[in-house]
Amino acid sequence: MPTESWGRIKGQERDSKFIHWRSDANDMSHWKGPVLAHGLGRSYGDSCLIKDGTLLKMSELNKLRHFDPETGRLSCEAGLSIADLLTFAIPRGWFIPVTPGTKFVTMGGAIANDIHGKNHHRRGTIGNHITELELMRSNGERLRCSLTEEEALFRATIGGLGLTGLILSCTLQLIPIESAWIDAEMIKTKGLSDFFEVDRKSDKDFEYTVSWIDCMAQGEHGGRGIFIRGNHAVGGNIKKDYAKQKGFKVSVPFDAPGFTLNKLSIKAFNTAYYNKQFAQMKATKQAFDPFFYPLDAVGNWNRIYGSAGLLQYQCIIPKDRIEDLKQLFDVIAKSGQGSFLGVLKRFGNIASPGMMSFPVEGYTVSLDFKNIGKKSSELFHELDRIVMRAGGRLYPAKDYLMSPETFQLSYPQWTEFARYVDPLFESMFWKRVTTRG
Amino acid sequence: MDSQSKIDKTSDDKNKDKRQGHHVMIFGASSGIALEFARPFAAKKAHFTLVARDEDKLKDISADLYTRGARDVSIVAYSLDSLEGSYEATRAIIKQTDAPDTALIAQGILGDNEELLHSPKKMEQMLQINVMSPVGIMMALEESMVVRGKGTIAVFSSVAGDRGRASNFAYGSSKALITAFTSGMRARLTKSGVNVLTIKPGMVATAMTDHLPRSPLMANPKAVANDIIKAITKHEAVVYTPSFWRFIMFIISHLPEGIFRRLKF
Ligand SMILES: Cc1cc2nc3c(=O)[nH]c(=O)nc-3n(C[C@H](O)[C@H](O)[C@H](O)COP(=O)(O)OP(=O)(O)OC[C@H]3O[C@@H](n4cnc5c(N)ncnc54)[C@H](O)[C@@H]3O)c2cc1C
Ligand SMILES: NC(=O)c1ccc[n+]([C@@H]2O[C@H](COP(=O)([O-])OP(=O)(O)OC[C@H]3O[C@@H](n4cnc5c(N)ncnc54)[C@H](OP(=O)(O)O)[C@@H]3O)[C@@H](O)[C@H]2O)c1
Repeated sequence: MPTESWGRIKGQERDSKFIHWRSDANDMSHWKGPVLAHGLGRSYGDSCLIKDGTLLKMSELNKLRHFDPETGRLSCEAGLSIADLLTFAIPRGWFIPVTPGTKFVTMGGAIANDIHGKNHHRRGTIGNHITELELMRSNGERLRCSLTEEEALFRATIGGLGLTGLILSCTLQLIPIESAWIDAEMIKTKGLSDFFEVDRKSDKDFEYTVSWIDCMAQGEHGGRGIFIRGNHAVGGNIKKDYAKQKGFKVSVPFDAPGFTLNKLSIKAFNTAYYNKQFAQMKATKQAFDPFFYPLDAVGNWNRIYGSAGLLQYQCIIPKDRIEDLKQLFDVIAKSGQGSFLGVLKRFGNIASPGMMSFPVEGYTVSLDFKNIGKKSSELFHELDRIVMRAGGRLYPAKDYLMSPETFQLSYPQWTEFARYVDPLFESMFWKRVTTRG
Repeated sequence: MDSQSKIDKTSDDKNKDKRQGHHVMIFGASSGIALEFARPFAAKKAHFTLVARDEDKLKDISADLYTRGARDVSIVAYSLDSLEGSYEATRAIIKQTDAPDTALIAQGILGDNEELLHSPKKMEQMLQINVMSPVGIMMALEESMVVRGKGTIAVFSSVAGDRGRASNFAYGSSKALITAFTSGMRARLTKSGVNVLTIKPGMVATAMTDHLPRSPLMANPKAVANDIIKAITKHEAVVYTPSFWRFIMFIISHLPEGIFRRLKF
């Protein structure tokens, strides 16, 4: 069975190998064809897949290496998941500085896509917090990379899409927390201008900000949504409180074509939006899982879309191109194809050390689409034109459809980056976007 | 103990404090299940003696256990593939580190039944690792643990040892020996205060089964390790893990020979 990505794109690997030990990759010469690391496959498109080569499965390379309780520096093997990292760190009073919307990603995957979270305006990307990484190249060299050693390879590997070699381990700086709770607030916003206003006001005082946008609403309701912001709470007994937060999990064991996530999210949104209790603003104390990882409660929710899978569109519109942002939402609403809810978040100006890192200052929009073939790609290409006109870019972690031209224009540094790509490493994504169309 | 083996000197006797608390000794410590077994003990500040043939792996495990709270970790790089060698090595280790409170014997290889049947060399090697070495270790552990009158010797057998099947009876019969040996030793030590636990996992997702599809029937090593720890705490005799295997193996063991023989599995 070929490996699938989160969007259920099928890989075409010839072979796959589990990497259990840092020493398992000392000799890559006996593997079949080119190779690529694969974490927990939470990338939607084809960046974690390979054609005619060997996929190296990293998620069992998950041992801790060192933790300093004074400074909060943690060293771990690259297959450690954020879920396992948090189970270790939270009771000790530490949290991951940057987290995506699922905790089932590996540290290696997080680095390779230089992931961002709801606190980009405060902390930048995960790459801003990686102090060192250990990189295995196919020529047998095992390199320690940081801002002071092998700097170029360090920068190339952060956001390097898994192409610069195998990340074996990394060291990251955690952030101290006092409590196992998040003080969260939800605010109804009537339109995009309302969003900008709340966002501007929240910037200084909130670690986490993000917004759900109703992508079906047109006309006077266009761009309405719910703005969510939060901070780590203070006080309490973190160890005890965290132990009480045992996450529940329901899993979708088979494809369920009749039942869509859209319907689920519409319901959630409507409940929140029209609920009388929820006047203008609602403040709650939330556990980590529902605040950061609401979708993780439904395991394998990607199967809800059936075997055709889903596509996610995530782009950045630079900060001064508000009109383009509005148009993007308009086109999505008119297409009627998108999921009901889009996510909108402002990226701040903290630069990542990563050469190919996705985030730049501006607004990022992401939303899910059921993959319906040609119609999907037509819509995506229409959206691409808006993004390109605005001088924005797409997120490779989510992408399956962007053209080589779009990629090469929006990541002009790709030619420089290509110099650091390990000659044995390759992905379906990389082949697609670097082959001239 | 022969020249290959050595005891890591970081754990010398002057650091007595480090040797306090629960002492866990693991043979075949680089096993995927054994690692998950060791982690909860580390969180409770146990100290460890880890034996396996690959020093790099032992160092990485030791880093993990220290990070999780282990009081001390001694590593011994030794290839567990003969009876007398394993017996002598175990005695030498105990002399230096003291007898364990909990011992786990985890080394094992699955092998390919067809290949084993056509290679006396490979068959012998499998039996050395799966049978001879664990027997040697158990002999040495028994001597030292009985004196102290407490503790557990937990040994990996397998559901495959309950009845020899056409597709894997070479491996299965090696585990059948472990089942019988541990059963007898448990009876022998009943009054001594030392318990012997026979561990019978079904299929578990570790390096041993990397070549097989990771189906829902394949258990997660962490869950298996938790079952083993529970069984040790409760002084159980035999643990099937996941527990549904007890039921499946009951049926398989009781199938009439005529039917069993015709099953292709
Ligand atoms: C529900 C959901 C929410 C998400 N939310 C966010 C979000 O808020 N922000 C965000 O930035 N992303 C988000 N993502 C995307 C996700 O964080 C990234 O795709 C992440 O890279 C996935 O990590 P993974 O371990 O699953 O790696 P995979 O998807 O398996 O691989 C990703 C890349 O990492 C490389 N790689 C993996 N391990 C190694 C290694 N050891 N050495 C070298 N290369 C390696 C692979 O080759 C590949 O290029 C989300 C995804 C989902 C499903
Ligand atoms: N996984 C299953 O499905 C399953 C099912 C039933 C029973 N079991 C039993 O459970 C136990 C643990 O297995 P596991 O699943 O955790 O597998 P594993 O991860 O493959 O571990 C096997 C262990 O045996 C060691 N070993 C192999 N040859 C050796 C040698 N010559 N000298 C010393 N050590 C050697 C390995 O050491 P190296 O790392 O150096 O190779 C490793 O430590 C085994 O006894 C196995 O038979 C497993």
